[in-house]
Amino acid sequence: MPSITKPLIPLAPLAKNELGLTIRDYEGAMSTLCAGCGHDSVTAAIVHAFWELSTPPHSIAKLSGIGCSSKTPTYFVRGAHGFNSAHGRMATIATGAYAANRELTYLGISGDGDSLSIGLGHMAHAIRRNVKMVYVIENNGVYGLTKGQLSASADIGSKPKKGEANIIAPIDPIMLGLSLGATFLARSFSGDKEQLIPILKAAVAHNGLALIDVISPCVTFNDHEGSTKSYRFMREHEVKEVVADFVPLRREIHASIPSDGTRVVPMHDGSIVRFRSVPEDYDPHDRSRVEEYIREHHARGEVVTGLLYVDESGQTLHEMGNTPSTGLNKIPLADLCPGSSALEALQEDFR
Amino acid sequence: MSLDVLAHAPTVNDFSVKLANVNGTGSASANSLLMQAIFRMGVPVSGKNLFPSNIQGLPTWYEIRVNAQGHTARSLDYDLMVAMNSATYREDIADVVHGGYVLYDSSWPLDPDLAREDVTFLGVPLATMCIENFVAPRERILMKNIAYAGSLVALLGIDVDVVAQLLAETFARNEHLRESNQKALQLGYDYAIENFSCPLPFSVAPMSATNESILIDGNTAAALGCLYAGATVTGWYPITPATAVMDNFQRLCQKYRRVAVTGEDGETTYQNNFLIVQAEDEIAAIGIVLGASWSGARSFTSTSGPGISLMNELLGLAYYTEIPAVVIDVQRTGPSTGMPTRTQQADILLCAYASHGDTKHILTFPANPAECFEMAVTCFDLAERFQTPVFMLSDLDIGMNDWVVPKLTWDDNFVPDRGRVISDAQLAGMKEFFRYSHEDAEHVTARTLPGSDEKGAYFIRGSGHDQFGRYTEKPEEYQQVVDRLARKHTAAAAHVPAPIIETREGATVGLITLGSCDLAVREARDVLAEAGIVCDYMRVRGFPFVGSVREFVESHEHCFVVEQNRDGQLRTLIATETGAPRESMASILAYGGFPLSARTVIDAVTEHLEG
Repeated sequence: MPSITKPLIPLAPLAKNELGLTIRDYEGAMSTLCAGCGHDSVTAAIVHAFWELSTPPHSIAKLSGIGCSSKTPTYFVRGAHGFNSAHGRMATIATGAYAANRELTYLGISGDGDSLSIGLGHMAHAIRRNVKMVYVIENNGVYGLTKGQLSASADIGSKPKKGEANIIAPIDPIMLGLSLGATFLARSFSGDKEQLIPILKAAVAHNGLALIDVISPCVTFNDHEGSTKSYRFMREHEVKEVVADFVPLRREIHASIPSDGTRVVPMHDGSIVRFRSVPEDYDPHDRSRVEEYIREHHARGEVVTGLLYVDESGQTLHEMGNTPSTGLNKIPLADLCPGSSALEALQEDFR
Repeated sequence: MSLDVLAHAPTVNDFSVKLANVNGTGSASANSLLMQAIFRMGVPVSGKNLFPSNIQGLPTWYEIRVNAQGHTARSLDYDLMVAMNSATYREDIADVVHGGYVLYDSSWPLDPDLAREDVTFLGVPLATMCIENFVAPRERILMKNIAYAGSLVALLGIDVDVVAQLLAETFARNEHLRESNQKALQLGYDYAIENFSCPLPFSVAPMSATNESILIDGNTAAALGCLYAGATVTGWYPITPATAVMDNFQRLCQKYRRVAVTGEDGETTYQNNFLIVQAEDEIAAIGIVLGASWSGARSFTSTSGPGISLMNELLGLAYYTEIPAVVIDVQRTGPSTGMPTRTQQADILLCAYASHGDTKHILTFPANPAECFEMAVTCFDLAERFQTPVFMLSDLDIGMNDWVVPKLTWDDNFVPDRGRVISDAQLAGMKEFFRYSHEDAEHVTARTLPGSDEKGAYFIRGSGHDQFGRYTEKPEEYQQVVDRLARKHTAAAAHVPAPIIETREGATVGLITLGSCDLAVREARDVLAEAGIVCDYMRVRGFPFVGSVREFVESHEHCFVVEQNRDGQLRTLIATETGAPRESMASILAYGGFPLSARTVIDAVTEHLEG
């Protein structure tokens, strides 16, 4: 039952962030997912990222669709407002919420069924509109809640627990994102919190939609021999050539930038992403190079992880709409209604 | 054929004209010019555009009905046919009343087979005229329309100065176009004056019945209502016949919602106090509305039947999780794609029970553009008060045709009903907050908005939840919530627009209707009264129904439910939801796609009572 809560009594004094909150303040209800589920690791990384960023819990809106991944928003940041919506529709609701109130931090949690099958169109259009949100796909190549059907991200040749190997081409959200004009694309592995936490933090700072495809193995239905979304496969085939750190605005950022030619990407809010390890010929601003790089590795059976593409110059939905910097939901209705004399005057056109 | 052998009784301000055109040839502006001129002369008038789902080349008709008493529902008795489409000559000529007239383009001879002895043919060499007077090919086609309008001005006694003034206003920024239009108008006018006895036995005479009225379509009026209600965020997907709702909302927002902001540098920039999102489909459109409404903005979508079908899933989510949403459904002919440019009232049950599981929604039924304006505002109040989707069921006839309605008014003291929303200050004084607890007298519980204090944070879920908002699979906890939703829906009856009930001494028959049937049913009621059949009248304007709906049915020996769908959906809804006996209500149905006319109602009532 997701409504079971963890005891809040700390076993040892816990560190506090800038808001004076401990990591426990960013946790949620106890997970009801299977023991060892990759999604729980993603949940833990989210808890850490927000705690480290000192994001006020109430300023976070967490949204999801339907599926195992979409259950997880109850498991983190209990002080955040949450919306567990309908299968595949999270992006549409996040778009509307962001349209009404641009002042919150939006985090959408989705899965490969939710985002790459039933909600593919919505995800694609949220990317195109550059809705300012963190969009996490907890990608395990399988439908867990309905017991193991292959999803649209299953690789060719990937074997389900029962039945034949997959023969239909998979959808890669990163490659898709590149073609849709996404402004922030990252891939990570749920088993690698060290990599995922800085990516999540950079995603929160990003001015636009930050898509993070997290390979998150399903221990029950897709962690066997022949699966390309298993812990073992990922440990053997992950290529972490693109390693990025996130340095928040609040810290002394200048001191931390090495002068060794490391790439530094300033984020919209003044924080930076520092690419610590990047191949010589890799440019996270160059769409076609990124695409080529992923393809080259994919051909070798490798999965490239890291913050793969960033573009801070794109306009968000609100910037394109030229709206005020505060939420549209804050404008008193009295200021929105033109009043009786305007109505009288405008009706001259209807004579 | 001479005029004097035919007898059309002389009438003033009581006739109808049908104009048969080819779509995409520019006839619409000429036709509406005539209608607008008659309106400006103070005379009650209607214009019904019966157009195809096509951009160019198919038959299209426009009907103008003039009636001093205000009976301006669609007439089926055409005194004059303006036959401008040779492809439909035969059916168009057959449509004219005995003793009526046909105006046609005599640049080409009319097939002798088409002749009717009881009808007067008025040949105007429109094409020849325009070829002689205009050079550009496109202009020659367009001006033909204005030329026949000129002939009609003469034949119907329309005030020439009023028409000239309208042209001047329309082409205020293009003197050349104004001149060519005026010239074409004059060509047609002069020809009619010289060759026919003008005016015809039926004509227009100035009145003052429409001096305080406006000419507006329902989609524009609905958009105005949304503007005045304070909507800021919309999600929508283009669909006939609803597209103009959002087009107009956008246009109005650009005019009234662009706010000048002076920056620190003294520079003035403009900000938009609105955000209109053209969605990828109707599912996204309603999703955007839910997200925005959850966040406390007033938000709406406009669509038609196919869009409602797609929105069903999220409408159920909104119902169960109690999120406000305003949906404007401009109904068209279904099922499936149906006839996109034809009207119907066939989404009543779809909207009343949209989505799987036990769901019930609040509906409003405007009868004309003025009510589209008023009810749009009401819908936002209802949606926020009852925290649930609210539908306004307009239709193509209301939405896309220009109607003469009383001038719209606005009360500057209007206080919107934002419903029960808990602020941070209130949260501070509360021990704890639970989303679905502590219902008020109308079974509404308070909500918080995202961004409010942690104490007010909760997790919305479309899955089973208890009164605290927690996940549940326990029968009693689940039922407790859905039972309250049913009570809440019932409580909304007192707040939806009340039915309009008009009684007459000695009436034994009750006429029940809704929406755009209004004028036709009222006209039928007057005609029936003259024939000795006295009827009471009830037009329902909202769902859930108040008690008077059932009482009306039960207090009449014969009730007729007049509506524009095949299955008698309003009748079913009344019987199902009020318990009024279904067998005491006979259906009168018109669902071919054209607006209802009084004759359909009169014939059906008469036949039923005689049979």
